[in-house]
Amino acid sequence: MSQIHVTTQINGDATEFLCEPDETLMDVLRDRLGLTGTKEGCGTGDCGACTVAVDGRLVCSCLMLGAEAEGRDVATIEGMATGDQLHPLQQKFIEMAALQCGICTPGILVAAQSLLERNPDPSEEEVRYWLAGNLCRCTGYDKIIRAVMETAADMRRAS
Amino acid sequence: MRYEAPSREDEAVALLAAEAGAKVLAGGTDLLVRLRGELIEPGMIVDIKRIAGMRDITPEAGGWRIGAGVSGAEMGEHEGLRADWPGVVEAAGLIGSTQIQGRATIAGNLCNASPAADSVPAMVAAGAVVRIVGPKGAREVPVIDVPQGPGKTALEPGEFVASVFLPPRAARSADCYLRFIPRSEMDIAVVGCGLWLVLDDADRVTAARVALGAVGPKVMLVEEAAEALVGRVLDEAALADLAAACSRAATPMDDKRGTVDFRRHVSGVLARRAAEIAAKRAKGEMA
Amino acid sequence: MALDDTKKTRDFKVIGTRPDRPDGIDKVTGRARFGADMVLPGMLTGRILRSPHAHARIRSIDTSKAEGLPGVKAVVTRADFGEVPEDVADTLENCMAGDTAFYDGHAVAAVAANSAAVARKALRLIEVDYEVLPHVTDVDAAMAPDAPVLHAGRQQETVPAGMSGNVIARSQFGHGDVEAGLKQADRIVERTFRTAATHQGYIEPHACVATMSTDGQGDLWVCTQGHYMARNTCAAILGLEQGQLRVTASEIGGGFGGKTTVFLEPVALMLARKSGRPVKMVMSRSEVLRASGPTSSTSIDVKIGMRKDGRITAGFAELRYQGGAWPGSPVDMGAMSAFAPYDLENVKTIGWDVVANRPKAAAYRAPGAPMAAFAVESAIDELAKGFGLDPLEVRLMNGADEGTRASYGPTYPAIGLKATLEAAKAHPHWSAPLAEGQGRGVACGFWFNFGGDTCVSLNITPDGTVTVSEGNPDIGGSRASMTMMAAEELGIPYDQVRTIIADTGSLGQNEVTDGSRVTFAVGLATIEAARAAKREMCRRAAMVWGIDEDAVDWEDGAARPAGPNAGKFPPMTLKEIAAIASNTGGPIAGHHEVNAEGAGVSFATHIVDVDLDRDTGSARIARYTVLQDAGKAVHPSYVEGQFQGGAVQGIGWALNEEYVYGEDGILQNPGFLDYRIPVASDLPMIDTVILEIPNPGHPYGVRGVGETSIVPPLAAIANAVSAAAGVRLVDLPLSPPKVLAALQDKTGA
Repeated sequence: MSQIHVTTQINGDATEFLCEPDETLMDVLRDRLGLTGTKEGCGTGDCGACTVAVDGRLVCSCLMLGAEAEGRDVATIEGMATGDQLHPLQQKFIEMAALQCGICTPGILVAAQSLLERNPDPSEEEVRYWLAGNLCRCTGYDKIIRAVMETAADMRRAS
Repeated sequence: MRYEAPSREDEAVALLAAEAGAKVLAGGTDLLVRLRGELIEPGMIVDIKRIAGMRDITPEAGGWRIGAGVSGAEMGEHEGLRADWPGVVEAAGLIGSTQIQGRATIAGNLCNASPAADSVPAMVAAGAVVRIVGPKGAREVPVIDVPQGPGKTALEPGEFVASVFLPPRAARSADCYLRFIPRSEMDIAVVGCGLWLVLDDADRVTAARVALGAVGPKVMLVEEAAEALVGRVLDEAALADLAAACSRAATPMDDKRGTVDFRRHVSGVLARRAAEIAAKRAKGEMA
Repeated sequence: MALDDTKKTRDFKVIGTRPDRPDGIDKVTGRARFGADMVLPGMLTGRILRSPHAHARIRSIDTSKAEGLPGVKAVVTRADFGEVPEDVADTLENCMAGDTAFYDGHAVAAVAANSAAVARKALRLIEVDYEVLPHVTDVDAAMAPDAPVLHAGRQQETVPAGMSGNVIARSQFGHGDVEAGLKQADRIVERTFRTAATHQGYIEPHACVATMSTDGQGDLWVCTQGHYMARNTCAAILGLEQGQLRVTASEIGGGFGGKTTVFLEPVALMLARKSGRPVKMVMSRSEVLRASGPTSSTSIDVKIGMRKDGRITAGFAELRYQGGAWPGSPVDMGAMSAFAPYDLENVKTIGWDVVANRPKAAAYRAPGAPMAAFAVESAIDELAKGFGLDPLEVRLMNGADEGTRASYGPTYPAIGLKATLEAAKAHPHWSAPLAEGQGRGVACGFWFNFGGDTCVSLNITPDGTVTVSEGNPDIGGSRASMTMMAAEELGIPYDQVRTIIADTGSLGQNEVTDGSRVTFAVGLATIEAARAAKREMCRRAAMVWGIDEDAVDWEDGAARPAGPNAGKFPPMTLKEIAAIASNTGGPIAGHHEVNAEGAGVSFATHIVDVDLDRDTGSARIARYTVLQDAGKAVHPSYVEGQFQGGAVQGIGWALNEEYVYGEDGILQNPGFLDYRIPVASDLPMIDTVILEIPNPGHPYGVRGVGETSIVPPLAAIANAVSAAAGVRLVDLPLSPPKVLAALQDKTGA
C-alpha cells in the first residue's frame, strides 16, 4: 500500500499531505495535520461531530477519503475565527450557553455557519432540520437553536 | 488498496474490469461506512466524480439526465428538476443529514441495493432509466430492474451506473415520495412509498405507478395499487382500495426498525397520503 | 456545612448572574483537548478484540500470530493481569474477560501496534476458541427457574431459596401496612410496566492515553467523570501504588454517569507496560454501545390504592432490574425513589438485582429512578383520571413536604416538590388548550443528590488574582460555577478567578462527578477554601495595621477594621494584601477537605403535550415545560441547560431509544443510526422554570440540579400519549409499532 500525495487548501492555506488510500479526511485532519477540532463521534455519518465544509458544502469528514480532497477547499472549525476575532456564532454560543461538554460544538458551528451563509433568516424549523445531523446529548438543542437564530438576527441587523 | 480517480469513463471501466472486487466511489456515504466497518476490503476504489459529466444535471429529450456524482443537495437546488420530479427530489433529499446530502447520490443509493433506499421507490415510480457503462459498452436499464436483492444488483463485472434519466413530465402528472421513520430525520425508512400519477381534465387517474420500499428484499412496483387508481377520481373508496392493495402487496419482515403488521399497515397509509399529494401537484395546487 | 444565616436577605453579587464560561473559547474554536485529542511521542494505537457471542466459555486464546505481525508491540489477555482485590474483580472482568465471555462485545484480548491498520490486522490474527453457552438477555427470562445461570455462588442471603442464580439480591423499603391501606382504597390500579435498556449516549467515545514505566510510575490521560476513581481502580487492578499513578482528566465530551467507571484504562496501562511505549485507545461508537455503560432494562409491578377524593391509601412496587453480566443494577435507587415524592402512610417497595448477558450497567443520570417513576407516576395518573381528578391536585394532596417521612427512610428538611406543583398549576402551559390529536401528560420526579469526598485548593497569586484547583471533571459548566462561588465569597469580580481541574497528584481524594454532587460539594469546599484564604488575608491586614486579627472583617474584596473601636485604617484590597504577601509571611492560600453531607434532595414536575398520528402510532413532542427546584441557581443558564438536557434524554428514552437484542443475544443496533437519540428536528423548545427553595445543607442554599430532570419525562410522555391514544401504554419505548398495535387492539382492528 503506497501513500497518496494530496495538494489541497485547508482554511485558506495551501496544504500538502500524504495519506493511505483508505484514510478518511477526518483522520488526515486529526492525525496528520493536528486539526483535532474536528471530532469523531460515530465514524458512520450519523452524529455530525466531524462536519467540515468542502468547496462550500457540508460533509461528514469521516465519510470522505483524504485522497478526495485533492484540489478542493476544506474549511474546518479552526478556520472559523479570524485571528483573535471570534465568528458571531462562536461568540453567541458562549454568551447563550449553547454548549455544555463542547464535543459536538465544532461540528454544529461549522454547520450553522453554512446555513447562515445560504439563508440569513432561517425559521426555527429550518434551523432544526438543517442541524438534524448534528447530535447533541447535553443541551436538548434549545439554546443551540436560539443562539443560531439570534446570531442570524444580529448579522442581519449588522449588514 | 489503491485509490484511482480517472477522468474518463473508459478508464474507469478498464480499472473496474481489471480488479475483481473493485468498488465504485460516488458520494461514498455507504461505501465508507462499509469500509470503516471492515465489512469490505476492496483492492481498489474507483472515484468516478472526476469523470466529465458526472456532476452535471442536463436537460435531455424533455427530461433530465443526472450524473452519478450529483449529490442530493445539488438536486434539491436545481429548480427545473424540482419542478418536474418533486417526488424524486424529495426522496433524494431525505437520504441522511445535511452533511450526507452534500455527498450522497441517487446512483449510489440505487447501487448500494438496500431494500430501504429512499430514492429508489421514487425513481421506480417516476419510470427512471439508468445508463450503465461497462466493458461491452453502454446499456439503458429501467431502475426497477437494477436491484436484485439486499446488496445485489444487475451490474456485471466492470460495469457502473453513469447516470439516471428522468423522462419528460407529462401534463397533469406528478410524483411524490413519502417514508415513515421513527424520528423526524436521520433514520432509515421503515416503509417508503413512491407514487406517480396522471390525471385527466375530470381529475380521473389515467395512469399511475406505485412503488414500495423496505417491505421486501427489493423495491416493488405494485401493479394492483396502480390498477386501484386508474380510471377513478381519488375519492375515499379509491384511496381505501389503493391502501389495501399496498398493504396486501407488502412482504415485509420483523426487524429492529419495525414489525410485519406495522409495515403492512403503514404501506397503505403512506400510499394514500402520497396519492393525495401527487394529485394536488398534478392539478398545480401545490409544488 | 449549614446554609448561611439568611435572616437578613442575602444580596448575591455574582451568584445568579450569567457570565461566559471559562472553557468557552477553547470549545468554540476547536482548541479544547478531549480524550482522543492527546498525542505523545512514540505513541502506539491500542485496540480490543471483542466477543462475537452473548455467552461463551473461552477455551483458549492463541496470540502468537498477532505477536509475530511486524508493527505489533504488545498483546494483552486476561493472563497478563494477576489476582486483583475483590472490590475491583468485576470491573477487571468487564474490562477483560477471564474464562468466560459474558456478552456480545465483551473484551477478550488487546493489541498495541505502530498504526491503527496494523492493530486492526493483528486483532484478526488472534485465535479464540469459544464454546458457545446458552444465554439470556431479558430480565424476566433471566429470573425464570430454568434460565441459563451466569455466575455460581453470587446470590446473596436476602434472596429466597429456589430462585434463579441470576437473582443476586433483594432489597426492601417502606413503612406502614400496605394491605391495610389497600383496603381503604376506593380503587386500586395494578399493572406491570417495562422499560428498555438505554445508553447515556455521550457523543465522545471513551478514550485514553497511558504511559507505564518499569519503576511502577504511570501517567494516564483520560476522558472520565472521575480521574481519582480511575487512578484508584487502575492502581488496584495493576498492582500499583496510588501515588505512583498520575491521572489527568481531559475535557469530557459528555458522560451522564457512563464515565464513572473504567473500560479501556487498565488495558491501556497494561499495553503500555508491556510495550514500554505510550498507548492510545479510543473506542468506536459500536464499541461504546456494545461494551460500555447502558442502564438497566426493567420490569416493574405497581399496585396503588386511592380514595375517590384523590388520597393515596397505599403504594407498592416490585422492581426487577437487570444490570448486565455482574451484580450492581441501580434497582435499590429505583426502589428508594419510586414513591419519594409522596407523603404516604403505607408504602413498600421490593427490588431485585438480576444479571443477564448484557454489558455491565453503568450509572445513567439519576440511576434507577426514571423507570421507577415511570411505573408509579403512570399508575397515579390512571387513578386520578379514573376519578376525574386533576392530576396536579392529586399530587399536591399527596405530595411530600418538610417533615414528611420519606418512603426510603429519612425525614425531609425543606424541599421543593409542592413549589414545583404550584408553579406547574400557574404555568400557562397547564391551561393552554390542546389541539386535535394531542394529549397532555404530567409527572413528578425525585433525586437524592450526593455529597462525598472533596478537596479544593484556592491560591492567591502575587498580583492578586485567584486560582482554584478542584478535582472533578467539568461536565456541565462547573468551572464557571466554582469561579462564581469563589468570586462571590472573596468579593471580587468573576474574571479575577480561574478554576482548573487538577490532576490526581495535586489534590487529595475526590469522589467522581456523579449524583449531581459537584456544584453542591465542590462548591461548598470552594466557599470554605475562600473563607480560609479570607481569614489569612485578614490576619495579614491585622499584622500590617498592628491590631488584633479578630478586629478585621472581610467585605467587598477587602479587609476592613471590624468597627470604630478597631482603629481607623483604609480598607486593604485583596490585590494590596497579595502584593505584600511575601513580606507578611509568604504566599496566601486556602484549602478545604471534606466528606460533604447535606446535599439536599431535589424535585421536579414536568408537563408535556404530544401530537399523536393515529394512523402510524407516531408521537411527537409538541410542547414541554420543566419546573424544578434548584435550591439556589448559581448560573441560571447552566441550570436551564441541565433541565433541558435531562428532559430531552428522557424524551428519547420514552419514545425511541432502546437496546435491541436478537434471538442470538447479539446487539442489533450498535450505532447512532438505529440507536435513536433525539435530533434537533424532533423537538420543540424546552421551557424551564427554576424554583429556589434553599438547601439547608449549603451556605448559599445550592442543590444539585443535573439528574432530577431525567426522572419525570418517561411517565409524563407515557401519560400524554395514553391520553391521546385513549389506551394506557405500559411498555417503553413508545415506538410507533407498539403504539399503533395498542391503538388497533383498542379499536378491535
